[in-house]
Amino acid sequence: MVYKIPLAMLPENKEAVVVEVNGGMGLTRRLSEMGFTYGAKVRVLHSTPPGPILVIVRGSRIALGRGAAMKIIVSLEGNV
Amino acid sequence: MTIRVALIGNPNVGKTLIFNNLTGGRAHVGNWPGKTVEKKEGKCLHKGVEMQIIDLPGTYSLTANSIEELIARNFIVEEKPDVVIDIVDASNLERNLYLTLQLLELEANVVIALNKYDVAKDLGYEIDVKELSKLLGVPVVPTVATTREGMDELKDAVVEAAKMKEEKEFGISYGKKFDELISRLARILQKDMELSSKYPVKWLAIKILEVDEEVLKLVDKSPCKNEIIELFGGRSLSEKIKEILGEDAEVAFAERRYAFIGEILSKSLKGARQLTLSDLLDKALLNKYLSIPIFLALWWALFRFTFDVSAPFSDLIEILFSKLGELLKAYVDNPQLASFLADGVFGGLGGVLVFVPPIFFLFLGLAILEDSGYLARAAFVVDRIMYKLGLHGRSFIPMLIGFGCNVPAVMATRTIDKEEDRILTILVNPLMSCSARLPVYVLIGSAVLGSYAAAGVYSMYMLGILLAVLMALLFRRVIPYFKGKPSPFILELPMYAKPTLRNTIIHMWERGVYFIRKAGTIIFFGIIVVWFLSNYPWEATHCGNEFLLENSYLAMLGKGLEPIFHPLGFNWMAATALLFGFIAKEIVVGTFTTIFGLEAGEPGQVASTLRESGIFTPLTGLAFMAFTLIYIPCIATIAAIHKETASWKWTIFTVVYGIILAYTVAFAIIRVGGLLGYA
Repeated sequence: MVYKIPLAMLPENKEAVVVEVNGGMGLTRRLSEMGFTYGAKVRVLHSTPPGPILVIVRGSRIALGRGAAMKIIVSLEGNV
Repeated sequence: MTIRVALIGNPNVGKTLIFNNLTGGRAHVGNWPGKTVEKKEGKCLHKGVEMQIIDLPGTYSLTANSIEELIARNFIVEEKPDVVIDIVDASNLERNLYLTLQLLELEANVVIALNKYDVAKDLGYEIDVKELSKLLGVPVVPTVATTREGMDELKDAVVEAAKMKEEKEFGISYGKKFDELISRLARILQKDMELSSKYPVKWLAIKILEVDEEVLKLVDKSPCKNEIIELFGGRSLSEKIKEILGEDAEVAFAERRYAFIGEILSKSLKGARQLTLSDLLDKALLNKYLSIPIFLALWWALFRFTFDVSAPFSDLIEILFSKLGELLKAYVDNPQLASFLADGVFGGLGGVLVFVPPIFFLFLGLAILEDSGYLARAAFVVDRIMYKLGLHGRSFIPMLIGFGCNVPAVMATRTIDKEEDRILTILVNPLMSCSARLPVYVLIGSAVLGSYAAAGVYSMYMLGILLAVLMALLFRRVIPYFKGKPSPFILELPMYAKPTLRNTIIHMWERGVYFIRKAGTIIFFGIIVVWFLSNYPWEATHCGNEFLLENSYLAMLGKGLEPIFHPLGFNWMAATALLFGFIAKEIVVGTFTTIFGLEAGEPGQVASTLRESGIFTPLTGLAFMAFTLIYIPCIATIAAIHKETASWKWTIFTVVYGIILAYTVAFAIIRVGGLLGYA
C-alpha cells in the first residue's frame, strides 16, 4: 500500500519520497532549490507538533515550519 | 594589476573563515548600497599579485528569491569579477553544487574551494577531486578553512584562472522540449545588443522560462520583447510559460539540476554518511522536553556574560573619562571651554565608548553560539512561539538581549535573514526594558509607590513585553511593507563544529569597530547638543558657584512642553528629565538630582526629596515610569537603528510611534486610575 501524506505528518525516522510541492510560486521554488524536488528521499529527524520539523534531504538537515512542511507531499510504503 | 575576486557559497560552508584567511582578517565592513545586507571587502597579496576580495552574501541559489540572492547575482553580472570562488561544503556536495551549477550557467569564471574536506573524510566520503573538476570544467581545490590547509593552492588557482578568461561552454540538458525553447530564445535575445553584451543570453533564456521576475522586467524593456511574445503565441509571457511548461514549471529546472548533480556525483563521490555525532547531539538539544530549558539556560549564560563581564570595563571607561574631564577643568581657565571639553567632548566620547565592552562581549558570545551551530537550533526551538506573535524564530535572541541593552540587541538582528522580519524586530526592540531604565523605575517606585514599588517595577517589564507583541502584530496587519505572515521558516541546521578562536575574535572586533564608526558619531553629537542646551544661556545657568539647570534652554523647552504633559500630570521638571533621558534613560535620575541641587550618589535622598516635593502622585508616578519605558529610545539605540535599517524613515518612525504610544499608555493609566478612584 502506498500512502500520500504531507511531510508534516510523516512520523519521525520514516523514509519517504517527495512527490509534490504546492507552495505557490515563491515558496515552491525555494523548497525545490533546497532539494525538495520530485523523487528526493526525505526522513524526519525531529517533529515537535505544532512546531517546526527537522528533516534530512539530499544530505542536509533542514528545519521547516509546519506551514511549509504541509505544502510538501510525500509518498511512503507500508503502514503509517 | 589587481585581480577582483568574489567569494560566494551556501550559508554555513565556512565562507567567513576563508575570507578571513585570505584577507588576514582586515576587512572593510559596510552595507550594500541602500540595503541592510552586510558587505565586506578585503585585500590579499599572493606572490606579488594583489587581489581584492569581495564577500557576497551567503545564498542557496541565484534566483530573485531574496535581496541576498539578487545582490550576489547582480554583482557577478554587472561588476564582472575576474574570478568567483565558490565555496562548497565537501560534506554536503549534493545541495552545494546547486549553486555551483547556477554560477556556471551565469558563465562566471569559477574556482571551487572544496571546504570542510576533513569533515567529509571523517564521515567516510571519498571524493575524486580530479574527476569532479573535469566534469564541472573548473578548478577544484580541497581546503580546510579551520586549519588554513589548501589556502595557498586556492590562491594559486585563482591567479591561474584570472589569466584564462575564455568563454566556457557549459550546459545542462533540460530535456528536449526546454533545450529547444532555450536555444530559440537565446537566438532572439542575441539581437538585443544591450542585453547580450551584459548578460549571457542562454542564462537569460533559462531565467525567462523559470519566470524570474527581474529578468522578465529586463525583457519587458527590450526591443526583442514582441518577438519573444510571438514565440510564445502572443500572450503575456508568464501566463504562456505556465501553459507550455505546465504546473511544475518552477520546479522542473530545479529537478533537472539535481538530476545532473546526481550524475556528476555518481562518478566522483563514494561513501555515505551514517548517523553523525551531530544528530546524536540534536537528540538532546532539540528534545521535546529538554530543548526549552537548555535554550533558556544558554541564553541566560549569554546575557550574564554580555552584561556582567563587560560591566567593570564600562565602569572603568566611564570613570576614566569623567576623571579626564575633571583634570581638564582644572587646567583650562575659560569655564565655558572647560565645560565644553569636559562635559561635552569627553562626556560624548565616554558615552560612545561605554557601549563598546557589552558589544564586544555580546558578539563574542554570539559568534561562539553561531559558529558552534547552536544559534540555528535556537531558532528551531522557539520558532513556534515567535510565529504566533508575528515574529520570526530568529527574533527571540535580539528581544532577550534587549533586556540588557537595546544597542547590541538591535545589532543582533543581523542573524535574521529576511529584511522585513529584521526591520520589524528592530522596530519593537526598544520596548524591551533595558537595564538603563531600571534606575528610573526604582527611583520613582521607591519615591511614590511605597510597598508596591517592586510590583511597579516588575509591571514595567511585563508592559514592555506586552506592547512589543501588540505592536508587532499591529505593524504586521497595518503597514503594507510587513503585510502577511513571517516568511516561511526554512533553515538549514549546520553540523555542530568547534568555533575557532581567531574567527570569533575577528567577528567581535569588526562589530565593535563598526559600532564606533557608524553609531559613534550620532551619539557623540547628540551628547554635545544636549550639553549645549543644558548649559546655555551661560550667565543664567552659572550663577556664582551654583549651577541652575532651571534657567537653561532645555528647562525652557521643558516648561514650554508642560502644557502638553499637563493631562498626564507631569510638571516641567518631569518634562525636562524626559528630555535628558534622550541621551540615556538613566540620566532621568541624574536630572532630578541636579534639579533638586543634590549630590550624586545619594539615591535614597533623591527619592525622599522627590516624595516630599509632591511632583508625582502614585498614579502619575506610574504613568511617568510607563512613559520612560516607551518614549523615544535613547540616542545610542536610535543610532543603532539607523545603522541597521540603513533608513532614516524607519528610524524616525520608531521615534514617533514611541512618543505617541508612550503618551497614549500614560494617559490611559491616568484615566483608568482616575476611574478606579486613584489620583
